[in-house]
Amino acid sequence: MSDINTQRRQFIKTSVGAAAIAIAPGMMLYATAHGKSEGASSKVRWGMLVDTTQCTPDCNDCVTACNKENGLSGGTKATDSQWIRKIEIKDVRTGVAHSLPMMCQHCEHPPCVDVCPTQASFKRADGIVLVDRHLCIGCRYCMMACPYKARSFVHETLEDQNPDVPRGKGTVEACSLCVHRIDKGQIPACAEACKNKAILFGDLNDANSEIYKKVRTVASDQIRADLQLNTGIRYQGL
Amino acid sequence: MRLLATLLLCMSFSVAWATEANTPKLDIGKGGECVRDTQWMRKNHMHLLKHQRDETVRKGVRDEQVSLKNCVECHASKSDNSVVAREDSFCAGCHRYEAVKIDCFECHASKRRAALAKKDEQ
Repeated sequence: MSDINTQRRQFIKTSVGAAAIAIAPGMMLYATAHGKSEGASSKVRWGMLVDTTQCTPDCNDCVTACNKENGLSGGTKATDSQWIRKIEIKDVRTGVAHSLPMMCQHCEHPPCVDVCPTQASFKRADGIVLVDRHLCIGCRYCMMACPYKARSFVHETLEDQNPDVPRGKGTVEACSLCVHRIDKGQIPACAEACKNKAILFGDLNDANSEIYKKVRTVASDQIRADLQLNTGIRYQGL
Repeated sequence: MRLLATLLLCMSFSVAWATEANTPKLDIGKGGECVRDTQWMRKNHMHLLKHQRDETVRKGVRDEQVSLKNCVECHASKSDNSVVAREDSFCAGCHRYEAVKIDCFECHASKRRAALAKKDEQ
């Protein structure tokens, strides 16, 4: 073996070693930083399956629970915030009636995000559609764009908000799928409060979750499926 | 030389006295040094809060230590559980002195969670 080749091998060995030493602490720091609090993951798609056959017209428990959890007044005037509301639908020909809760449908392709001029409306990696109130200028384009009338505007000054749910005058808000509860590993307040177990919450991407299995075995619909928004909230029995 | 030294000494006394007399006396609640030292925090807390707000809202990364909620839990006054209610409250006191308007608490809770929970029960 020639003298030049030996030197060359030695040089490559040293360089690789030096590079490893230089990169290792960075990699370790990265791992530590991400081990602490990883945040929302794009592997997850949070969703709900609402069984309208189990939802009764006189029950308002999901709405009450939502209002309490998020500190809403509970009023139903045009100027009051409503994150979830009960609606009754009836087929005029057959007379079949359904009662169901309506809220932000957490679309995969949300029109509210498309129209937002400040990027305050956004979709989190795990599919939850939210308003970043730090950026919201209160223009209400998103309220007009939403096919589900799911968003509300805060008209009055608020006090004593829930520390987990900051909300204030001049900004738009909507169902956050109780994001503060989800991040703690809990389920949304409405799903927990439903005594008929009509609201099933879970990860639509997790093959072991109940919701994953159920949407693949029973017929369920998206409201205004023709818009192809691929909503995270689905309804069974419509 | 001696004159210069005396002059410097006098000036430093007066500066010290002025700082003592004018700085706001704050009701720091529980206080303590949980993130960084006091002087560093006075200068940089807004950067930490602003960085964390984007991390939390947009990415769902919830770091307890630098969350505004956590600041309020410790630094709210022990008498009225608030960080902005009085002139010497932890946030309001300094911001009044510096003439910097804070709008955090138009949306965020300015009181300890325990105080708000008690109010709900009533």
